[in-house]
Amino acid sequence: MRAWINRQSLLVDYTLSALARHGGRNLGLFVVYSAVVFVLASTMLFTHAIRREAKALLTHSPEVLLQKLKAGRHAYLTRGELDGLGRLRGVNRVEGRRWGYFYDAVVGANYTLMAPEAGHPDRGRVDVGDGVARARGLAAGDTLSLRSAAGGLHVFTVGRVFSAESSLVAADLVLMHPSDWEAFFQLPDDVFTDAALSVVNPLEVRNVARKIGERLPESRVILREEVLRTYDSLFDWREGLLLAMASMAAAAFAILAWNKASGLSADERREIGILKAIGWDTRDVLTMKLWEGALISGGAFAVGFLSAWVHVFHLEAALIAPVLKGWSVLYPRFVLTPSVDAVSILTLGLLTVLPYTLATLVPAWRAAITDPDQVMRGTV
Amino acid sequence: MPGFPAGSVAPIAPVHRFRPVAALGLALGTLALGALLVTADLLKPRLPREEAEHLTRALGLTDLALVTEARYLRHVSLADLHSAFQDHPVAVEHFPAGAVIAPPAHLRHAPSFPSSTASHARLD
Repeated sequence: MRAWINRQSLLVDYTLSALARHGGRNLGLFVVYSAVVFVLASTMLFTHAIRREAKALLTHSPEVLLQKLKAGRHAYLTRGELDGLGRLRGVNRVEGRRWGYFYDAVVGANYTLMAPEAGHPDRGRVDVGDGVARARGLAAGDTLSLRSAAGGLHVFTVGRVFSAESSLVAADLVLMHPSDWEAFFQLPDDVFTDAALSVVNPLEVRNVARKIGERLPESRVILREEVLRTYDSLFDWREGLLLAMASMAAAAFAILAWNKASGLSADERREIGILKAIGWDTRDVLTMKLWEGALISGGAFAVGFLSAWVHVFHLEAALIAPVLKGWSVLYPRFVLTPSVDAVSILTLGLLTVLPYTLATLVPAWRAAITDPDQVMRGTV
Repeated sequence: MPGFPAGSVAPIAPVHRFRPVAALGLALGTLALGALLVTADLLKPRLPREEAEHLTRALGLTDLALVTEARYLRHVSLADLHSAFQDHPVAVEHFPAGAVIAPPAHLRHAPSFPSSTASHARLD
């Protein structure tokens, strides 16, 4: 075992010296190789982390959501309709949600104005998300004035600013009293934007959705599993887009690397010939080449992956975030919890390390099985 | 030669040959440190999101506030297919963020099994 380790150590020693002889060229290859791994790994790490975050948060969203439509457009639900839904078998609880959008011309952003049934602020007061607070420079106790669609100015006192930690779901929220909400949007009493239903038996969710569909044919039923699937597919799509763009760079690099790895230069052929002539056997030459491929590709993968990790989880993915997160005026600021999808990283590792390593072997093997004299003379 | 007796040879400093394998050891050490950082990060508990979870549960929130430009992008999971084109029938979707949100499933895949909401094609 010791002899084996010693042999490998000497082979690595020789390989590194050989690589150092063409230092600039190999370093260039290494840097580009690491950069390609960096982009691919950053995308994978970021997408996995944000998908996990979305899933963790949105598992708390309503099991079933119902929106009423009229002539294909959204319409308000009345309290009577909500009561009717509550009487459906299998439905545990029905809660009307009052919410709407408000475009604030001052900062050029849309807010989500919401008036919960329970736990709402007092009249004349609002609780705001940290995105709104940042855009308008608000703190608790400040006043927020909004011009309603009817032109009237509504002045509210900020009761509470939600912490940055909740930014991912609440950046643009403005919570208010239901009466304030109705007055602001000039809506009649007791109308609801949509209804959140909870179902007694989770296995019955689809049945309940079907029953609602029969009772209110012109309505949309949105299930929690569909919400979760939407986000899965949304980030899949974005990851795919970025990877598709990166794939062009990766393909260009693959051609370069393949060219470098699979074609031996005259120098390298002569080197193999000399090694054979001084007593190396084919196995030694192949092991040396294997080390060369593994050191470059494995090293580049490790460096690329680690820089991607630092980039995504310690530098807030500054380079790729605009594409993967989306953008907006009230952009939520959030830090992602580090997590890794072992399968995709392993796949990336295998796809980057294996082909390069194998590509270095074949030409070396061809040179190594040829007569050293012929190889050195360059007659093959 | 001052300092050495006549006829003696100046001592030769021992040669420390640079061994690339030692440099490799150094590189591996650095990578091991990196691996430690990754492990330490992974062992950290999930960042606190109690307030976000509470708000999601209490208000029945359905979407991440990632894009707030248009209502069909702010609440992607509640958006119907036509919302992007509702200004007039052939209105082109014009918000930049729309470019990175996936087109509806039926345009990407073969029709899947019918669900209770299949009549309202959605962005999932």
